[in-house]
Amino acid sequence: METQALFEKINQRLNETLPGCIEKAEVLYDFPVFHIKREQIHDVLKFLKEDDELHFHFLTDLTGFQTPDEQHLAVIYHLHNMPSNLRVRIKTFFPITHPEVPTATDLWPGANWMERETYDFFGVKFKGHPNLKRILNVDEMDIFPLRKEFPLEDQTRDDKDDKMFGR
Amino acid sequence: MSKKDDKHIKAEHIEEKEYSILNLGPTHPATHGIFQNVLKMDGEIIHEATPTIGYIHRAFEKLAERRPYAQITPITDRLNYCSSPINNMGWYMTVEKLIKAELPKRAQYHRVIIMELSRIADHIICNSVIGVDTGAMTGFLYIFQWREKIYEIFEEICGARLTTNIGRIGGFDREWSKTTWDKINAFLAEFPKAFREFSNLLERNKIFMDRTINCGPISAEMALQYSFTGPNLRAAGVDYDVRVMNPYSSYQDFKFDIPVGKSGDTYDRFMVRQEEMWQSLSIIEQAIKNMPKDEPMHANIPDFYLPPKEEVYNNMEALIYHFKIVMGETDIPAGEVYHCVEGGNGELGFYLVSDGGRTPYRLHFRRPCFIYYQAYPEMIKGAMLSDAILTMSSMNVIAGELDA
Repeated sequence: METQALFEKINQRLNETLPGCIEKAEVLYDFPVFHIKREQIHDVLKFLKEDDELHFHFLTDLTGFQTPDEQHLAVIYHLHNMPSNLRVRIKTFFPITHPEVPTATDLWPGANWMERETYDFFGVKFKGHPNLKRILNVDEMDIFPLRKEFPLEDQTRDDKDDKMFGR
Repeated sequence: MSKKDDKHIKAEHIEEKEYSILNLGPTHPATHGIFQNVLKMDGEIIHEATPTIGYIHRAFEKLAERRPYAQITPITDRLNYCSSPINNMGWYMTVEKLIKAELPKRAQYHRVIIMELSRIADHIICNSVIGVDTGAMTGFLYIFQWREKIYEIFEEICGARLTTNIGRIGGFDREWSKTTWDKINAFLAEFPKAFREFSNLLERNKIFMDRTINCGPISAEMALQYSFTGPNLRAAGVDYDVRVMNPYSSYQDFKFDIPVGKSGDTYDRFMVRQEEMWQSLSIIEQAIKNMPKDEPMHANIPDFYLPPKEEVYNNMEALIYHFKIVMGETDIPAGEVYHCVEGGNGELGFYLVSDGGRTPYRLHFRRPCFIYYQAYPEMIKGAMLSDAILTMSSMNVIAGELDA
């Protein structure tokens, strides 16, 4: 199925079954992308997984993201329908002050470590996760290192000027 | 308890049984890498396993947010370091997708040769180590010299052996030398014989089969639930291969089979990898046979691909381009792509978000090892300790890819 046709199909099916869940929909390169409201993200994932026609049964990837204004976080899901080889990207944005998202571990046990990784690096709290604790970083760490407010280099240094090269 | 009461043993009495706790790892010679598993054991039966990972976490995703695109390639080398060229190519293809670069077929075929050679090297490591863990050292010592020959080919192309940083965004930096082709041809001529001997040592070996069949099995359904990909998923019977499903780098031009297993146990994983090596050999042969002639080795993208050295020294524009590319001052278009390649262990994905700056805004690696290693406690529950070791080596968990 062409990406555009797939995009319209998913858009239509989502609007039919869960009206109002889509905040934004677009096609980026070879992926249909849907921004979903946080309240309905679990329903949308469940629907996409269990629907006979769309049948996105495989969770390829789950990761986090921070918007450039540093006020919002996002969780990004890549889903895959292997028999028909369809892929879709689902995003859900939420304010950084209240970073809570329902877990997807009840749909895919494989989401367990991916959610732990996202929590570890971005501090997204997955509600209902069976074992939400740090996975790659040490347990004593008190920051969420992939957030933009933590620069890569030592924050106490003032002898380096990065305005020409580097972020 | 008197004999009379024996049949009235209640559940709580069984709960009181004492388990022994065993720390397997973090640095244990049998696990080939830094993996820690706290095992709750009942005698020699594993009752529960708790893996701890992150011992060699190097913050690649954070590092990548600061580096220009060309400087991210060495990071990808260190993901699955048994097949670094596949990671390199996957990263290049992700960036090429973002900047919409079209590579000539000739460069793509060269990439296919590189990727299949590294797949063979990757599978050689995994399969010979399965042999070692079952007690068969011979095959390992014998077949490892062929991995060495593959590394010699890499060395001839790019100067490095393990962490290769091979090629560039947009193609290859130069033509391959005659020595490279001689080495590839020698490998293709001689490897099948050695590999057949290796297969004869293990494939139908009674001791090996008894040891590996039904060891660490996983069902297809379970494997899909746990987001398995690559040989481990195919061993469970799902014929998913990125090279066929989403062909990249002209894989659609080649004829090859996807071997699948049935029960997803150690023996099936071993056999799937064995057959994949034969298929890789056939792909390399096809690529050499059908190699297009008279095409450049790189795409026509002067903004991102370094100009030839003679021009840099003699031509102003070329010097400017060279400087801008090396200093990472060429802007990459803003956009968001996901690209995946079939790595040695499964679908290796790159999720790249660019805001138009010199470095990625966000780069996420979908590392197959990280995702399927979480099913490991489930797979070894109720198994013997030595089976746990064997299951881990047959899943080919690479610490570099696991921890990123």
